Amino acid sequence: MKTSPLLSSLLAVYTLTNREVVRFLRQRNRVFGALAQPVLFWLIFGQGLSGARFHSVSVGYSEYFFPGIVVLVVLFTAIFATISIIDDRNTGFLQSVLVAPVPTVAIVMGKVAGTMVLAVGQGVLVCALAALGGFEIGLGGLAASLPVLVLLSIALAGVGLMIAWPMDSTQGFHAIMMAFLMPMWLLSGAFFPPGGTPSWLGWIIALNPLTYGVALLRYSLYAAGSPATAGLPPLSFCFVATIAFAAATLGGSVFVARNRAGGRHP
Amino acid sequence: MNRPFAVRVSEVSHSYGSHQALDNVGFEVAPREIFGLLGPNGGGKTTLFRILATLLPIQHGTVEIDGHDARSDVAGLRSRIGVVFQSPSLDIKLTVRENMLHHGHLYGLYGSTLSTAVAAGLSRVGLTDRSGDMVETLSGGLKRRVEVAKGLLSEPSVLILDEPSTGLDPGARRDLWAYLAALREESGTTILVTTHLMEEAEHCDRLGILDRGRIVSSGTAETLRSKIGGDILTIRAESADTLCTALNERFGQRANVVNGTVRLESPDARHLIRQIYEAFPEQVDTISLGRPTLEDVFIHETGHQFWNE
Repeated sequence: MKTSPLLSSLLAVYTLTNREVVRFLRQRNRVFGALAQPVLFWLIFGQGLSGARFHSVSVGYSEYFFPGIVVLVVLFTAIFATISIIDDRNTGFLQSVLVAPVPTVAIVMGKVAGTMVLAVGQGVLVCALAALGGFEIGLGGLAASLPVLVLLSIALAGVGLMIAWPMDSTQGFHAIMMAFLMPMWLLSGAFFPPGGTPSWLGWIIALNPLTYGVALLRYSLYAAGSPATAGLPPLSFCFVATIAFAAATLGGSVFVARNRAGGRHP
Repeated sequence: MNRPFAVRVSEVSHSYGSHQALDNVGFEVAPREIFGLLGPNGGGKTTLFRILATLLPIQHGTVEIDGHDARSDVAGLRSRIGVVFQSPSLDIKLTVRENMLHHGHLYGLYGSTLSTAVAAGLSRVGLTDRSGDMVETLSGGLKRRVEVAKGLLSEPSVLILDEPSTGLDPGARRDLWAYLAALREESGTTILVTTHLMEEAEHCDRLGILDRGRIVSSGTAETLRSKIGGDILTIRAESADTLCTALNERFGQRANVVNGTVRLESPDARHLIRQIYEAFPEQVDTISLGRPTLEDVFIHETGHQFWNE
């Protein structure tokens, strides 16, 4: 049976996405790692720092921190999903995917789409938990946050792929996660607002593309003109910057994967 | 289309930095043939396997499988080969059937065609009743069977297997080879295996012996063995080197020392035993006589033992 190239690529994306989701649901510890840990962070820091006051923030700390936690859930999901590539390539499922007659771009898309489904699903679930912290996100906010979560999960899955694809050991990934990915999240306005920080830190935050993703998520969760979004970069800029972030990492991961489709020294 | 060969590898060289893993390797495999690449670990088998499976780019030379060139038509080539890896490529968190379905999708199969192919493939390896089980609950032998069924799902014309017997008990090995032989008979599939096991090599129609990145000899196991004119004497001695020199001087032989024992190929080995005992009664501990094995062929061709690297 001859299948057209487009259909065979779509089949590959579908099957890899499906596998990602089924695997995730069967591994309870992964559900715990990606979901429970950020929620725990939120409860601990949100309550622990509830007395903290930032002059640029009009809501309580727990509420301020909440969108940051949703982004952390997306980040963790992307990390867990992409780190498996490292072991998978030499001793696992990915071996046979790499020798299948499908273009590399379809393999990358499958991984990204799988991560996206997981990340968006968990992001929505966490949003529903906002009530635990004493505030609720309406259906409108939930709906508006969906496309933002899609963009963020594509961007962060792309980052994870670019890091994981060329790597030979998961230890290396852990090192980068602690030295690069966590700071990227900490310095995105997720944990504390940029206003009032030393200027060098302010620069890093302004240059960090994730900053605009976090801001975009804040916009989406609140009604227009809400005091909670006061002081953020303009909405349109956040939107464009986040789309550019997702497009760049997606393109970057296809590039990286194409340049190292196969293996290394056996 | 009938081609004289299913696989043609010519002048393939590959290096990792300064390490030359393959050096001008060339061989052909005829359709419906079972061809074995035999060699010690580190001899270049894995590199060659990865090149044939399209996991490594070709640095030098050409590879053609079923009429598709590995450089200019990698997609076409990929659609014609089935690959069975040494380390499992199954997702152990999925069921046997799920693994097969994913694999089928990657090869452009779907719907009822795929379901039928999966059912037929699993039934052929005797795993129909395990199709709903998680792969992690399967024994090593059963996992390998799923791997093979998976590799054959897209009905490839060439099946490439990397060390297929690794980790299998003798019973499972026998089953696997019986299956491969039947497969060749029924479907006409060409089979290419890499192996470091002499007994596995005996199942192949033809062999290429790969050592230090080169094919040092090729042919049927029988042809290879007949290259050694006669039988093999293996002599244990206190001082192997001294005895070896003395033997060569006295009898004009071409004995050599391999791994601490003197080794001698001779068409007249039976008579030589007595002469050696009489000539060097003090030096010789034991002498054993044997028909040449593939391992002897390997030593004959390379001058060193299979395992001593």
